[in-house]
Amino acid sequence: MSSNAPIKPSRLDPEPVPRRDFLGKASLWAAAATGVFATLGIARLPKAAVLSSPSRKFKVTLPENLPEGQAFVPPGRSVALFRDKEGVHAVSIVCTHLGCIVKPNANGFECPCHGSRFAADGAVTKGPAPAPLPWRKVTVDGSDCMVDEDASVPPGTKA
Amino acid sequence: MVVLAPPPEKHDALRRFFANLRATPARVKDSAFRGGKPNTDRTRSTFVFGNVFLHLHPVRTHRWSLRWTATMGLGIASLAAFLITLITGVLLMFYYKPHPAIAYDSMKDIAFVVPTGNLIRNIHRWAANVMVLTVILHMARAFYTGAYRAPREFNWLIGMGLLVLTLGLSFTGYLLPWDQLAYWAITIGANIAQSPREVTDALGLTETFDVGGLQKLLLLGSDTVGEEALIRFYLLHVMILPLGLVALLSVHFWRIRKDGGLVRPADADRRLGPVHAADYPVFTEEPRKTYQLAAVVRGKSGAVARGPENTVPSMPHLFYAELAVTMLTIAICVALALVSDAPLKELANPQVPENPAKAPWYFLGLQELVAYSAFMGGVGIPGIVLLGLGLIPYLDREKDGTGEWFGGPGGKALVLQALFVGFGAALAIEAFAIRYGWLREWIPDIQQLWITVFNPGTVLTAIYAAYSIWLVKRHQSTRAGALGLFTCFLCGFVLLTIVGVWFRGPNWDFYWSPSDWPGH
Repeated sequence: MSSNAPIKPSRLDPEPVPRRDFLGKASLWAAAATGVFATLGIARLPKAAVLSSPSRKFKVTLPENLPEGQAFVPPGRSVALFRDKEGVHAVSIVCTHLGCIVKPNANGFECPCHGSRFAADGAVTKGPAPAPLPWRKVTVDGSDCMVDEDASVPPGTKA
Repeated sequence: MVVLAPPPEKHDALRRFFANLRATPARVKDSAFRGGKPNTDRTRSTFVFGNVFLHLHPVRTHRWSLRWTATMGLGIASLAAFLITLITGVLLMFYYKPHPAIAYDSMKDIAFVVPTGNLIRNIHRWAANVMVLTVILHMARAFYTGAYRAPREFNWLIGMGLLVLTLGLSFTGYLLPWDQLAYWAITIGANIAQSPREVTDALGLTETFDVGGLQKLLLLGSDTVGEEALIRFYLLHVMILPLGLVALLSVHFWRIRKDGGLVRPADADRRLGPVHAADYPVFTEEPRKTYQLAAVVRGKSGAVARGPENTVPSMPHLFYAELAVTMLTIAICVALALVSDAPLKELANPQVPENPAKAPWYFLGLQELVAYSAFMGGVGIPGIVLLGLGLIPYLDREKDGTGEWFGGPGGKALVLQALFVGFGAALAIEAFAIRYGWLREWIPDIQQLWITVFNPGTVLTAIYAAYSIWLVKRHQSTRAGALGLFTCFLCGFVLLTIVGVWFRGPNWDFYWSPSDWPGH
């Protein structure tokens, strides 16, 4: 007789992956997936969608007698405004290293926190600052200046 | 003969009521402390495992663990300091209000109006400092006695987590007064969280992959330090981090038991010698039940095979020692609080940074590194150090010298040499950078990535790593390399902290003494 004939599998034979194991594993994976998605959903909450910080676009009038090369920092703002023959420009005074407010001096800017120094155009001359101070967008309207601290312009742009 | 029951009396119930009332104080005491006074071995055991707070302890403690030099009580001192901050912290929450408009005012109230407010705040601040110090020393003790080795590797990792949480608690507490010190320390801290941008900017990835910006946004809840940041730091400080710390602490203590108690040398029993029978009675009074097989578990059997000769009852030997350390910690914190006030500078001013803006002392080593590269000092090197510390127990699988101070090949001589190398290298690189400046001063147009990769901090880390690898080769032992690396890290931490605390002045310039600082 043909002993090679395939034997009909019996209902009682052990299954390759027992049904109980499969169901058990499936429910464990489902529970794990639920945990992951719940965590992701929870993590979504602390990431603010709307920032509470006030608008950083403002209007300012420069002092009439502001000497060339002298910085004017509007109260409560973090830009220094300069006026020369070519026009007005604004340099951010937030240190690119760790966010301290840099102080304008005769040669440019100095940071009190970790000793970064910047040239008058914002380029780093000393210290740990990784990037130059960015220039901000200024539009002149008569005697008023509109400064947008959120908009950067290439250094050398004057209005 | 039949004994007749006494006839029921009319007022029997009332009499029993009063009898029970009289007996109540004694019965309350009995029901609370079922074991009775801990004056026999049996009741001493009940005293430990019948109490939810004490049962994390073993019933009997090995004599080696009770030696002063085994632990110096540093772990218990850290726990005591934590409990002090917990109690004083909850007291401060009665009056502190986490909003920028009133936070500083409420701090002034605590300092000048609230009864004992200033003292409680001082104790809180000093206990936090003591906790940071004892956690670091406890870690050094565990390292130098080889307590991180198998089977205690995982508890070493838990301990590292506790160190990070301790530092996190200190840092988040730093913002809450909303004074100048707080505001600028947090501004710097938040920008360190953002400092991966130093790398992503250089690689041009910031547009698509801004992990630094995300970290800062999650930390501050805004793009500047304001009310959102204050409430977040408050939440972290009073809720999230303490809960995490308590959870990890539970695992930490539990694992001490499960890993076989405190580390001790293999021949501790022989070295301790026989127990004086009069000192430590074992199996004396009421030996009704000495051992109970609670469950069949994997692992080594208890003290059955060797006999408990070198153990003593935890009550009173261990508990009185722990109590003494706790009392000492409290005394130190209160004494410091009486002589030194916690600082409170003027109200936070977002326009004028503190000059110099200094973090608490334990972060000044990092601040020194940050003054060379924000990313490497604030994220990169701390990450490398944590990775190195975490790998040590899994790389050092040796047995020699476990439980001994500075045990292992090389021993004390090696640690002494590593002290010289560690301090020497840190001192040399600091002196060089202070005297001659660094890449930016020499080549103003240099790419930032060069400075990020090659700065005094990374050079120092590389020297330490190279020295440790040399030690592994020289002594043919991973433990030797680990001893060298840990000692070097400790030296670097201490030296950079000293420079940051005493030798940095306005603009983070080097000064020999604060009296040389330029006047304002």
